[in-house]
Amino acid sequence: MTTTAAEARATSPAPSGAPDPGSPRRRRPRAADRGLNRAFRYLATGAGTLILVALAAVAGFLLWQAWPALTSSGSEIASKVSFFQGQGSLASYLGPLIFGTLLAAAVALVIAVPLAIGIALFTSHYAPRRLASLLGWVIDLLAAIPSVVYGLWGALVLAPAIQPVWQGVSDVLGWIPLFKGPAADPARVLMTVSLVLAVMILPIITAVSREVFLQTPKLHEEAALALGATRWEMIRTAVLPFGRSGVVSAAMLGLGRALGETMAVVMILSPGLTYSFALLLAGKQQTIAANIALKYPEANSLGMSTLMATGLALFVITMVVNMASRWVVGRRKEFSGAN
Amino acid sequence: MERHVNLSRLTRVGSAVAIGALALSLAACGSDDATGNGTGSGTSTDGAANGGDLSGELNGAGSSAQGSAMDAWRSGFQSANSGVTVNYDPIGSGDGRKQFLSGAVQYAGSDAYLTDDEISQAKTTCQNGDVVELPVYISPIVVAFNLKGVDSLNLDGPTVAKIFDGKITKWDDPAIAKLNDGVKLPSTAITPVHRSDDSGTTENFTQWVKANAGDAWPYEASQTFPVKGGQSAQGTSGVVQTIQGGDGTVGYIDASQAGKLGTAKIKVGDSFVAHSADAAAAAVAKSKIVSGRAASDIAVDIDRTLTDSSTYPLVLVSYDIACTSYSDANQAALVKGFLSYVISDAGQQAAASAAGSAPISKDLYTKAQAAVDAIKAG
Amino acid sequence: MAVIPTTLDGAPRPPRGDDVRALLRTSDPRRRRKDRLMTVLVSTAFAVALVPLVWLLWTVVARGVGRLDPYFLLHSMRGVFGGMDAGGIYHAIVGTVWVTVGAAIISVPIGILAAIYLVEYGAGGRLARAVTFFVDVMTGIPSIVAGLFAYALFALFLGPSAHFGAMGAVALSVLMIPVVVRSTEEMLKLVPNELREAAYALGVPKWLTVIKVVLRTSVAGITTGVMLAVSRVVGETAPLLLTVGVIDSINFNPFEGRMMTLPVYVYRQFTSGLVPCNNPNVTCIPTINYDRAWAAALTLILIVMILNLVARLVSRLFAPKLRP
Repeated sequence: MTTTAAEARATSPAPSGAPDPGSPRRRRPRAADRGLNRAFRYLATGAGTLILVALAAVAGFLLWQAWPALTSSGSEIASKVSFFQGQGSLASYLGPLIFGTLLAAAVALVIAVPLAIGIALFTSHYAPRRLASLLGWVIDLLAAIPSVVYGLWGALVLAPAIQPVWQGVSDVLGWIPLFKGPAADPARVLMTVSLVLAVMILPIITAVSREVFLQTPKLHEEAALALGATRWEMIRTAVLPFGRSGVVSAAMLGLGRALGETMAVVMILSPGLTYSFALLLAGKQQTIAANIALKYPEANSLGMSTLMATGLALFVITMVVNMASRWVVGRRKEFSGAN
Repeated sequence: MERHVNLSRLTRVGSAVAIGALALSLAACGSDDATGNGTGSGTSTDGAANGGDLSGELNGAGSSAQGSAMDAWRSGFQSANSGVTVNYDPIGSGDGRKQFLSGAVQYAGSDAYLTDDEISQAKTTCQNGDVVELPVYISPIVVAFNLKGVDSLNLDGPTVAKIFDGKITKWDDPAIAKLNDGVKLPSTAITPVHRSDDSGTTENFTQWVKANAGDAWPYEASQTFPVKGGQSAQGTSGVVQTIQGGDGTVGYIDASQAGKLGTAKIKVGDSFVAHSADAAAAAVAKSKIVSGRAASDIAVDIDRTLTDSSTYPLVLVSYDIACTSYSDANQAALVKGFLSYVISDAGQQAAASAAGSAPISKDLYTKAQAAVDAIKAG
Repeated sequence: MAVIPTTLDGAPRPPRGDDVRALLRTSDPRRRRKDRLMTVLVSTAFAVALVPLVWLLWTVVARGVGRLDPYFLLHSMRGVFGGMDAGGIYHAIVGTVWVTVGAAIISVPIGILAAIYLVEYGAGGRLARAVTFFVDVMTGIPSIVAGLFAYALFALFLGPSAHFGAMGAVALSVLMIPVVVRSTEEMLKLVPNELREAAYALGVPKWLTVIKVVLRTSVAGITTGVMLAVSRVVGETAPLLLTVGVIDSINFNPFEGRMMTLPVYVYRQFTSGLVPCNNPNVTCIPTINYDRAWAAALTLILIVMILNLVARLVSRLFAPKLRP
């Protein structure tokens, strides 16, 4: 999970230095389109098409492998797949997994988004310019750390250290269903997982938000300041409204990442298949990705097919989230042209 | 705006690539001889350098429970026969059996013996020969706990069942206190820890609980832990780590991994028995061998309700599965040599010291050796 | 970025035409307090984000540096078991290099050609818009789904028990292609149109213009993009767990047999856990598996950092200089 600068740029409107993409690039007369010219054009077009084919293939192969499970009855699967025992149907197995996946990602998002906005504002509008690029690099460093290392750290260092904190939270806020106590000891709970996920998605949200904040029209900022606004008032009235849709799409990108994260969840969480909001109790939730990684080694062919079906569900969910986020960005591009 | 692009600098990219290639070539000097005793990858073709007269590659796959014992066996066999490479892929019992039946590996490790259905499939794999099933890895399973101030506990089947089912939630529950006169039990909450992956350990544990708890355990025995919720972790080591990470935690693990954790004595007959290699081996020795199978097929149905206080019936048995007949003479010799070593005293002792398993009994050894002797080419 | 006068510390501002604003502020201390509060909050957000970074890096370095020596880098895990004070990651490095190089061999040509299509040929067409959109969507594919895809693809031809390096390369290329396309596209867009037009004016055919002028001009940027893409996939664990499997010994052949890779190695050592050390006669380190995991994690982080650093250096040193 590494955020690259290019990726961050990709989600925001074209950088100001780039030439207008609409400039005449196809001025060559059609007559010259033969021989090697045509071959090369076909080659490039083929590569572009191949990407669409590959994406369709991912969906197709998952569906093909998941088909036996999708067409079998629940009792049929339960008789052959040991981890499926006690499940009525594929839907009743998938339901808690989808719930757990969404809950883990949502909590991670709740933690990460305010922090990311703060960091993005700090690097775009508070820190001195020279310092800002260094700080941006430091945040990118977070993205460069492989997820398995996050998992190792989360399981061996963070979980033991944070247990008293969760205990305190459940003592004080235990009346809220989310923080129902007593907090599990050791803290192999969804809250710890979401905390690690939040750290992991922080860089992408920060990078995209920062790009958007930096593109706030200078005139808006200066106008606000000229009207006597404090720096925070300027940010609230000029920067944040301008960047809102950008932050939304950044958050959705982060959500997509958190939904699909595997290793950190596998290594930290005590899994369970229930619809429970209790973040501090062990064995209540499980995510799709972690469930696949945990169950596939002992899975027989129908078991693998069941896991493929859950993978297909994860694929569809992340696709929807990503498409929605791109759609928000795309819409924004059209409006920001007015500025 | 007018721009000039300086193309001359681009040639330097070539030098960057060259540096990368140099770094790669520098790294190409690693070694497979990690233990420094000359058992490196099969580069030596004479094969007899270290005394053994076998050579070639032997592939196995299956149970992860016997993984660390298998590491010791492979290492021991390879250092006796430097021309041999034994591979073992701990991919799980089910996949191991599948790969063995499809002929992808020459032997499999499995926590469960082959079903009748699988045995008939194996006819094809084994050129119409029989299967060899050897209970090579016998490991007591313990109920281990981490509770401040308590080192040893007595537990019986119904109590263990209620603890793991979440029916008993405090350590000073009367049901536990009744079994442990004189032990000062704290009121700490009980956190049961189970395996989150499918495993033979869970299957054997739930078999024992089901046989000993009566109505207190309303679940079937299975590879997946049947009770929902609660702490869980992947692999025995994950469970150990979780037990150690909290206070008041309790879990079922392979005895070899218990380390400094407290372990419970379980009720056998009328007395409480601590786990030991001897008691575990005795439990296997006193159990019945499944009848109606080939002589080389030593499948044991562990009797979970033994009442003899010299036995410890909460035990995991893991098999090594092979054929009596291989098309390739060298392969047959390799399998025969390797399995002979595994069941030999040296092999069983190596596993005991590496994995804490219980060496098989003399009687079982004799049967197993007869089965191994039946392996031949053709 | 606009230069914003700072009044963080309440120091006397330079004598400019800001007096009106100064008056406005002093007259409303609530607004000023809120401004300060937000400054503190925003700075705190940054400090909070640094906590896990510093904590994690410090842990990995402190626990990993002890075992990280030439022996560790140049030996495999063959024959190592229990609490033995032995074993290294050479086989994992070999596997990681093969799998990532394989992924790059698949994704770089496809990625660059697709970017060329988007910038030079597609420009605004329906197919190009679809490709752009789905490349963006593809960056969000969960890595485990990519692993399942590769597993399913090879299961079709070779049966369900196939596990070898090239499978991992295919899985990683699904994750890598969109990153290569995006970064290459950005770089190609930066090539000034004047260069293309100059080439056309000299009668150079378009395909040759693209290769000799456009690609040559942007090669540094593309190299950077590719290296960043590699650094993104080199730490992937889940897809490799499904496709490449695990092994103790060195395997140089990506088309046959399982391979160990660094991230999977870290995970395997983690799951191996503590060693009980029952036999007092044998040297046995209880935490050896964790020690190896930390050392391998440190190696992995170093590899990713070096890739990132070199990528940035390449773009800084070799990028075409745009003179005014």
